[in-house]
Amino acid sequence: MSPSVCLQEMIRVIRGARTQGEERGVIQRECAAIRAQFRQADNGGRSHNLAKLLYVHMLGYPAHFGQMECVRLIASSKYSEKRIGYLGAMMLLDEKQDASLLITNSIKNDLSHSSQHVQSLALCTLACMGSAEMCRDLAPEIERLLKASNSYIKKKAALCAVHIVRKIPELGEMFTPSAHSLLSEKNHGVLHGAVILITELCERNPDNLKQFRKSVPELVQIMKNLVTSGYSPEHNVAGISDPFLQVRILRLLRILGRNNDAASDAMNDLLAQVATNTDSSKTAGSAVLYETVLTIMDIRSESGLRVLAVNILGRFLLNNDRNIRYISMTSLQKIVQTDHTAVQRHRGTIVDCLKDQDASVKRYAPSQRWHIDTILHVLVTAGGDVRDETVPNLIQLITAASELHCYTVHKLYRALISDIVQQSLVQVACWCIGEYGDLLLKGECEEITPMQVTEDDVLDALETVLQSHMSTPTSRGFALTAIMKLSTRITNNVDRIRSVVSIYGSCIDVELQQRAVEYNALFKKYDHMRAAVLERMPVIDRNSSGQTNGDPSVEPMKEFNQPKPVQGVLIQEPANQVCDLLDLLGDSNPPLLVTNDHTSTAPNSTNSTSSNVQDNLLDLLGGLEPTPAPSVTVFEKGGLSLKLQCDQQTETSTTVTFTASNSTQSDITGFNLQAAVPKSVQLQMKAPSGDLIPAQGCGTVTQTVLLSYTNKANLKMRVRLSYSSQGTACQDMVQIDSFPSPAWS
Amino acid sequence: MTCTKIRFILIQNRAGKTRLAKWYMQFDDDEKQKLIEEVHAVVTVRDAKHTNFVEVHSFLLTALACFSLSLFMNFKIIYRRYAGLYFCICVDVTDNNLAYLEGIHNFVEVLNEYFHNVCELDLVFNFYKVYTVVDEMFLAGEIRETSQTKVLKQLLMLQSLE
Repeated sequence: MSPSVCLQEMIRVIRGARTQGEERGVIQRECAAIRAQFRQADNGGRSHNLAKLLYVHMLGYPAHFGQMECVRLIASSKYSEKRIGYLGAMMLLDEKQDASLLITNSIKNDLSHSSQHVQSLALCTLACMGSAEMCRDLAPEIERLLKASNSYIKKKAALCAVHIVRKIPELGEMFTPSAHSLLSEKNHGVLHGAVILITELCERNPDNLKQFRKSVPELVQIMKNLVTSGYSPEHNVAGISDPFLQVRILRLLRILGRNNDAASDAMNDLLAQVATNTDSSKTAGSAVLYETVLTIMDIRSESGLRVLAVNILGRFLLNNDRNIRYISMTSLQKIVQTDHTAVQRHRGTIVDCLKDQDASVKRYAPSQRWHIDTILHVLVTAGGDVRDETVPNLIQLITAASELHCYTVHKLYRALISDIVQQSLVQVACWCIGEYGDLLLKGECEEITPMQVTEDDVLDALETVLQSHMSTPTSRGFALTAIMKLSTRITNNVDRIRSVVSIYGSCIDVELQQRAVEYNALFKKYDHMRAAVLERMPVIDRNSSGQTNGDPSVEPMKEFNQPKPVQGVLIQEPANQVCDLLDLLGDSNPPLLVTNDHTSTAPNSTNSTSSNVQDNLLDLLGGLEPTPAPSVTVFEKGGLSLKLQCDQQTETSTTVTFTASNSTQSDITGFNLQAAVPKSVQLQMKAPSGDLIPAQGCGTVTQTVLLSYTNKANLKMRVRLSYSSQGTACQDMVQIDSFPSPAWS
Repeated sequence: MTCTKIRFILIQNRAGKTRLAKWYMQFDDDEKQKLIEEVHAVVTVRDAKHTNFVEVHSFLLTALACFSLSLFMNFKIIYRRYAGLYFCICVDVTDNNLAYLEGIHNFVEVLNEYFHNVCELDLVFNFYKVYTVVDEMFLAGEIRETSQTKVLKQLLMLQSLE
């Protein structure tokens, strides 16, 4: 169908409509005309009319009366009519419509059509909107096509079969033998379809799993070829051979290797090879690596391979691309349940991600509670191996998380009474109990099932630590101090504390003895100061340790949650980008338009149409560099030129930057700017960058001026320049009446 | 039962006009409209600081008690913005984000080649051709053909039939 003048014209008219009402009127007229034409007998313009109707449908208007026309067009013998008919079927018909059944026969005929293009239309439509009945009827045809000699048809048929299997899983058996044989195809498209089909079959039916496990060696071989083969221009994306196919094969291997040692063994080498050889500098490579990692973690792989996988994820965490950091965080979170020691190594980077702006990244290292939980978990299981700074770091983290004190102390207490082997855990627990013992004794805590703890219980726990031969002197010190602190936080057992403290006054350990003696004195001579001395500690300042804990008090970024009103969002592009049909496909970074999202909605749609025109002419892949704010030359004489640039303009203030440059042969010295403004404007001049402007444009002098005013219309400025050039002193005056607006007002 | 596949592909402009909507799952018309609006709302507030993935666990806040909804409650949107257009693919949560991101870029590059430096107006006036491109590259909710040269060859052949 050649681009119909009628269709294009109609689109133009609709787009030219200035208001919603006008548009509706145009469309109603068109629909009426189209309806009339449908009722007529066969005329040459049928496909054009249906195309117009489909466009109208895309705009959101009802178009159900076109359904029968689709059926009729599909049955036509002309390719152009068939094509539009099938498109219409995919857009207007769905399973729920009765009319869809009527096209089953046409599809059946077209599947055996001589032209592959017609066949492909039929396959496409069936795969898109085929209902269960249609699938059942046509499955044998699809199966036959899977064995066709034309690879173009085969790959479409494979995916059509996938759709059928999804609709009617029982029919999967019909496709199993063909799927198997398709694996030996060379054509990537067919392979791709075959792998997807096998994946679908295996997921639906465990029997198929057993059968297809025999294909693992074949799949491994295909992957090897992909990874090691030379440059293949057709399927190459950023240096990786057909990453899409690789990803799908890896996924299939994952399903086949799950819970099966034999299959997992067969893929071990391959996975290691892919993991080490794939170049991850571009997204395509990272996608393949990511899938590899998921596969390694899911099958029965050997531990060396798992460590490799976690390391890859750790590397991703340091990647510049936010997307990659995000997916590695999500995967690490899942892995941390099972393999946390490996993950521990990357804890520092995870915490750094807390600083990330994107809420979805933050979600996975977001809460202090998660943080504390994780570290506690680590301490409980492998506390002996943590670094020394962990204890003070964790303590500092806990003090900062004030709302979690109750929760933390409960958790730690529980950990303490169950086991006191892990010294770092013991130390942190003792410190917390000493600090927050009152919260522990209150017994209620929202986030954890409450447990009645009496003062005696707490003191027992701490004394156990003191007396246990497993405790190091440091831990004992912690425990003793904690007991002492509790003396101000509990009410009944102060005497018990007093006696404990005095006993240790004669302890062999000098450190403990000193502490005990001092605390004793606190009880006896300085009892009046005891409460003040043992007060709650303030939040500890972060000291620069080797590990930077993310600032725990950072609030999660308030996401800009208001949905933008759909109508008439005005985007003002800089004028010099209208009609800019830049081809920047060479620019591999997908460009992001730097328009300010805080634009207000335009009430009238005229503005939106005109700016939409500007939008639309913008080349999709055109890279849009943010243009710098335009600078205006306000003064030029004898080689000295003064430029003015406005930044940061709000309704009542502007920051103006003057840039002076010199194109003469000799330097200009003693350069000085003076400015005067009307009474309604306030002026603040910042210090200039210097007073010497080097010759021949080798350097400039800049000076920033802050202006604030109530009415922008009154904004004027008179500038006096005084300087020495080539031995003579000069003075010039220039009046500035209008200020350029920045590119993004 | 993981139905790992694409639920729908959308091309929308910033104002919310749909330039292409390809559905691989069964939805009612009003559901489709709601989905389009929701995707637009979610995607247009994001900027360069965000990732290209949006996981939406309870997408539709409306009280549409429809069976089809429960099937896609766990999905995510992979999107990329080119000039004034958002290309969005809705996939299952278990799918590989990066692969589909590459898939979007592949698709846009083909459009660019086919329309010779494509811009939004090309997609508007030739909408039926855009559907042809989609159908060449995606089928039954999966990526079908990834070789740009093959797709372009096929498209040119189809064009000669018109």
